[in-house]
Amino acid sequence: MAYDLNGTTIEHDEEGYLTDLSQWNEELAIILAKDENIEMNEEHWEVINFLRNYYDEYQIAPAIRVLVKALKKTMGKEKGSNKYLYTLFPYGPAKQACKIAGLPKPTGCI
Amino acid sequence: MSEDMQEEAEGTVKKFMYVNRKAPYGTIYALEALEVVLIGAAFDQDVSLAFIDDGVFQLSNGQNTTDIGIKNFSPAFGALGDYDVSKLYVEKESMDERGLALDDLMELTWEDEDDDWEEKPSIHLVSREEMKTILGNQDVILSF
Repeated sequence: MAYDLNGTTIEHDEEGYLTDLSQWNEELAIILAKDENIEMNEEHWEVINFLRNYYDEYQIAPAIRVLVKALKKTMGKEKGSNKYLYTLFPYGPAKQACKIAGLPKPTGCI
Repeated sequence: MSEDMQEEAEGTVKKFMYVNRKAPYGTIYALEALEVVLIGAAFDQDVSLAFIDDGVFQLSNGQNTTDIGIKNFSPAFGALGDYDVSKLYVEKESMDERGLALDDLMELTWEDEDDDWEEKPSIHLVSREEMKTILGNQDVILSF
């Protein structure tokens, strides 16, 4: 199974997560988002960029409650809430956002 | 409602201890233990970790796995604080036997919400005697 990015084949697993994380780029993120019926805006990118930085530092995709806590600290109460994240990523912020960010499925996501 | 059920409804917090005794690479135990800790953290229990024998190597800083072709998962220990796991007990005798000092370990911290988010160290060096007491105080011990 694979995505097609301008003729380049990018492999993914049965759930849509990238096989090779290094193949991710912003253009691909937009395609990944479309598959999830999400039109990327600035607020989506904020979360995606945050996740990518987190993964860069710790080599894991954070669980949802860790994501919420961290967003609350860096971006304030309004954006650091489950509700806000679910408005952006209605079918599960951790799963959908991680997929769009090109990360593996979150550790501690049950 | 019986008393037991009432207690359950309010959520019983048990003391969980994950004991790590193996080197970080060569077997899957260390990585699996860390994943279980991260997953288990969702259940709001009182979690601590013990590092004994070769397990102390899991926390050594500057791990580089390029030549063995395995992912270096040690940065994930830095995320434990975010998961409210802030008690990592390292046995001093095991460190001494391997010529390791606190300086050889990663600097791991957690932020204390009740103390203006002050960063506090997560790693505690304890003697074999102290480790016995700590292990004795647990409700659940999972050994890896």
